[in-house]
Amino acid sequence: MQKFDCLIVGGGHNGLVTACYLQRAGLNVAVLEKNGWVGGAATSRELTPGFLYSNCSYVCSLFRPEIMRDLELPRHGLQVIAYEGGAVFTRDGDYLASYRDHDSHRREFARYSKRDAEAYNRYARDVTRQCRFIQPLLMRTAPDPLGFRPRDISELLYLARKFGEFGPQEMAQTLRFWTMSISDFLDEYFETDVIKAYLALSGIIGTALGPMSPGTAYVLLHHYMGEVDGSVGAWGYARGGMGAVTQALARSFESVGGVIRTDAEVEKILSRGGRTTGVVLAGGEEIKARLVVSNADVKRTFLKLVEEKDLPGKFVHRVKHFKMRGSSGKVNIALDSLPEFPALPKDSNCMRGDMHFTDSVERMERAYDDWKAGRWSADPFLDMMIPTTIDPTMTSPGKHFMSCFVQYCPPKVEGRDWTDADRDAFAETVISQIADYSPGFRDRIVHMEVRTPREIEREVGITEGNIFQGELTFDQLLFNRPVPGYAQYRSPIAGLYMCGSSTHPGGGVMGAPGRNAAMEILRDLKRPTEAMSKAHDVV
Amino acid sequence: MTLSPRHAAQAHILMPRLETPFHSRLAALSEVNDWYTWSGYKAPHSLADAELEYFAIRSTAALFDISPMVKYRIAGPDAERYLNRLTVRDVRKLGVSRVHYTAWCDDHGHVLDDGTLFRFGPDEFRLCCQERHLPWLLDSAYGFAVTIAEETEEIAGLALQGPTSYAVLSAAGFDVARLKPFDVVTLDRVTISRTGFTGDLGYELFVPRDEALPLWDRLWAAGEAHGIRAIGYGALNQARIEAGFIVANADFMTAETALRADRVRLPDEIGLDWLVDTEKPSFNGRAAILAARRNQSLKHILVGLEIEGNIPAEHAIVYHRGKHEAGIVTAGIWSPIAKRNIAIASLERPYGERFTDDLWVEIYALRELKYQKMMKRARIVPRPFVKLARRSATPPGLR
Repeated sequence: MQKFDCLIVGGGHNGLVTACYLQRAGLNVAVLEKNGWVGGAATSRELTPGFLYSNCSYVCSLFRPEIMRDLELPRHGLQVIAYEGGAVFTRDGDYLASYRDHDSHRREFARYSKRDAEAYNRYARDVTRQCRFIQPLLMRTAPDPLGFRPRDISELLYLARKFGEFGPQEMAQTLRFWTMSISDFLDEYFETDVIKAYLALSGIIGTALGPMSPGTAYVLLHHYMGEVDGSVGAWGYARGGMGAVTQALARSFESVGGVIRTDAEVEKILSRGGRTTGVVLAGGEEIKARLVVSNADVKRTFLKLVEEKDLPGKFVHRVKHFKMRGSSGKVNIALDSLPEFPALPKDSNCMRGDMHFTDSVERMERAYDDWKAGRWSADPFLDMMIPTTIDPTMTSPGKHFMSCFVQYCPPKVEGRDWTDADRDAFAETVISQIADYSPGFRDRIVHMEVRTPREIEREVGITEGNIFQGELTFDQLLFNRPVPGYAQYRSPIAGLYMCGSSTHPGGGVMGAPGRNAAMEILRDLKRPTEAMSKAHDVV
Repeated sequence: MTLSPRHAAQAHILMPRLETPFHSRLAALSEVNDWYTWSGYKAPHSLADAELEYFAIRSTAALFDISPMVKYRIAGPDAERYLNRLTVRDVRKLGVSRVHYTAWCDDHGHVLDDGTLFRFGPDEFRLCCQERHLPWLLDSAYGFAVTIAEETEEIAGLALQGPTSYAVLSAAGFDVARLKPFDVVTLDRVTISRTGFTGDLGYELFVPRDEALPLWDRLWAAGEAHGIRAIGYGALNQARIEAGFIVANADFMTAETALRADRVRLPDEIGLDWLVDTEKPSFNGRAAILAARRNQSLKHILVGLEIEGNIPAEHAIVYHRGKHEAGIVTAGIWSPIAKRNIAIASLERPYGERFTDDLWVEIYALRELKYQKMMKRARIVPRPFVKLARRSATPPGLR
């Protein structure tokens, strides 16, 4: 039987990134994936004949270009294409569009408020300044303030120095950004509700918080940190759906001799004397290795796969209290023709971007109120996209795939488990919202996949279906992510590492956790890390 | 069903590059279709030949469309007090029917923009500038009885510049003989100021957008005998450098657009110290500006340079003694009228302040796919580089 130096638990994008880097560094690595396919939450699946579904994550911006280059992902088929546009439909039959062109964007805002139109520059500047501060931190291991190793001290100094480059004004702004609610934050710039609603969306996506909850301003920042080919803040589609990201990673991994085993669910991570020894698969097969890297979230890893008794009590306690609550669902739809939105002009660019129907922050907050009561939102907010408007590879001409991210959707319905009837009722709130703005929408539906936290957890394995493997609030970032003292991808068990989005710098299809984990593992092995590109300069 | 104005305005996206009220005239004159985007408007780099357009400014009369300039109407019983707190110059000294060049700063003294302030009446003003500031202007108005309206699209503007510009206006029937530099008057619903961006004799004319084309046609007909020519920004830019004028976000970064904390500038760091009226008890940025002067913590200085040779030094690095980096040239041209190689440069103090000698610029001239590198001596000279008596002669000359 083949021997492995390192086993990766779960073939999501971060697991594959770690696997690629370690295999390239000369280790023998195997990726063990419970599903019959790799990809985790970045997949393209043909759920009905002739349609590829980006059925979890659906847009790409955060994935680090340094990783794409290091792992030769373009050669293995990855293309990210920028899209333009987007719109919120308003209840009075109008819309607020988002245009890439700066002046068109201003004029569009000016339809609602001249002041807001001119305030956008100031807003974009402040957000960009903060992103410039955070971006270089993404591809660095967070310092451990409790550790007194020279590297931790120098990283802390680096953080302090970066922060020190800010004037007092920006420092104040940073603290506000990391702690405020997105609603309060936007109130300082804008007066128009629909404008705030459009921008607030990035502050609550994937988060079990409402726009008025403190801490949500940072979540917005997290969504602006990405880029498409140096265009910071821009979002794009992976050509062929989000599975193109993980397919390219898988091919890159296999091209250097890595082994992927699908239908290989890890049931236990083994350890003896505080050291990992390998894993046991469902069905009983045992695979030995001195290194195990878990791409699963921190709760699944340490509350299910590792024996709790093998861990320090305090650590288990912190893991149990790590916030990763189910808050969103997904409705993926195959359409036999392009839906019409009469409010939009014909051939509007907005159809190629993100479309929403929630035109006030108040409505978003009310949607959150339903979640708090354990119900899915009666009036949910959707982040709806039709990637096939610019990606010709996902279905045949004239047909379309529509992805609807839906919030809020609780992990349990009023305290009990989801039923299929609940799921269908949840889907109906989504379809009826779309149909209100798009006559004849129901008739275009060929097939539909509905995913509540139950379906996401069951298939992808993420606890409660939380898309970020843990909420992105300041209490759970940097050296506090996922657990203070264990923010450097290591765990209390020697040889067992974490590489998923539960770790710094967090979720989104970014790849940075996977890359940073590989860096730490290679450091522990005293192997060279020169082949890993440093983070691109922010100049 | 009638659409609300908001619905009706959706159509803006059909024309992402807005056309100014004069566009049809410019388009008809454009031989080269050389357009660029100025604040979202389609504007000409040149219409036929930038060099000949430059000579229209200096020898006859040049007509330049300034409609994209951002314009705010500021009115109300507290308008003077408000503007006096907002801007660095003393607005109490700005008489009715007068214009002054000014600047405004944030609370840290960093320049938000420069522009011209027109006073139409005791309580009525217009501020013209490059960048957009509505939130800043509105937030600064807390506690003042003042109204602020953005009117960029509503008001069309033309600059008529050059030695025959007065003759053109006279022929067009506008009596502006007594108009001194920085005076403004309204004749036949046309607001005419003796201002400009060229350092030459010249005027700026403003009308409601619906009256734009008749104004153009009136000037054009009157100007034919006086060598009137429509020009693009290429020609204007040469003239403004000769006149030593700076352009926001070209010669300095404005405080609300700078992403990098060290790029913002105090007035004294961009040559605008002379605007700052320290006698005024309070205005935005006053404390910071005075503190920087007192503590000698000013970091930069803007200077005029005369550079040996004739190769323009745009964006060249400035060195002290040929090796210590001292700053950057923000604009540079060979001046056809001064026959000198001139430049505006931003230097890091003490260069340009205590060390004013032994400055050099490193010019990379790309010639047939090869950089010809040159280290050329530069001398600090006062701005304007070109001073023309006809600019201020009253009554103005006819040619």
